[in-house]
Amino acid sequence: MAHDHHHHDDEHEHAALPDTLLRTKALESLLTEKGLVDPRALDELIDTYEHRVGPKNGARVVARAWVDPQFKAHLLADGTDAIKQFGFDGRQGKDMVVVENTPQVHNMVVCTLCSCYPWPVLGLPPVWYKSSPYRSRAVIDPRGVLAEFGVTLPATVEVKVWDSTAEVRYLVLPMRPEGSETLSEEQLAELVTRDSMIGTGLPRAPGTAV
Amino acid sequence: MNGAHDMGGMHGFGPIAPEPDEPVFHAAWERRVFALTVATGFGGEWNIDMGRFARESTDPAIYLRSTYYEKWLHGLQHLLIERGHVSEAEIEQRMAQLAAREEGGKA
Repeated sequence: MAHDHHHHDDEHEHAALPDTLLRTKALESLLTEKGLVDPRALDELIDTYEHRVGPKNGARVVARAWVDPQFKAHLLADGTDAIKQFGFDGRQGKDMVVVENTPQVHNMVVCTLCSCYPWPVLGLPPVWYKSSPYRSRAVIDPRGVLAEFGVTLPATVEVKVWDSTAEVRYLVLPMRPEGSETLSEEQLAELVTRDSMIGTGLPRAPGTAV
Repeated sequence: MNGAHDMGGMHGFGPIAPEPDEPVFHAAWERRVFALTVATGFGGEWNIDMGRFARESTDPAIYLRSTYYEKWLHGLQHLLIERGHVSEAEIEQRMAQLAAREEGGKA
């Protein structure tokens, strides 16, 4: 596995222009020399966002909302404060708004201008979220975009698209799947996918968890 | 500011291509660009709006053909030069040194 991972990296290294690689190294070397960054602090940042912060955080928040109506009310009223109870706050998530999917309304999140995304609960955004096709089309053809993710909603369901800003970050609270009544909060969290919290997917059905 | 980054509603970019089991970073240099940007930006050197403005100030033709972290790299360099932390000449010189060292390493 580790070998595969490195192989993958190498491929992209070769695909990137030599200029990009050299420029990155040159900037790190100059900034380190000038005392503006500490390479160990950079390693720490990378480790945090590569291994510790990710959609599992958001899944815990969603599962709690599914089992605890009081928490859910708090989450919808003040997302930032409710999420803070889990210790998930800080960078790129200081002002969180949680939008609830219902049988009548499906919510979907985009950042048309760049890549604003709720880091504390979802980690760093996937490439498609930051890509031109998603950013351009999510706001004019949300159902077409959903279809590309394999999601088809009844015509009676209204699709609401939320365009993130540098200040406000959205998290979708998906609907609790049918047949999940007997599951524990931890088991429910396993059903919550990253895409279901962006609104381009739905939670897994019980019994299909990975 | 409108520009190439203001993509909502634009046509012609084709289908979305979700990558199954996508890794957080696709190359080692992306990790470093990410961390350098976060460490300098959130360290108080500039705020998120300045960071975004710097990325959005990239030449539109370059912006559209750049990958995400290439945009970050352009933006980072722009801010560092603007704030007087490094000069273009210093960067070019260091790049040449590093290139020479790598060539030497291969020989």
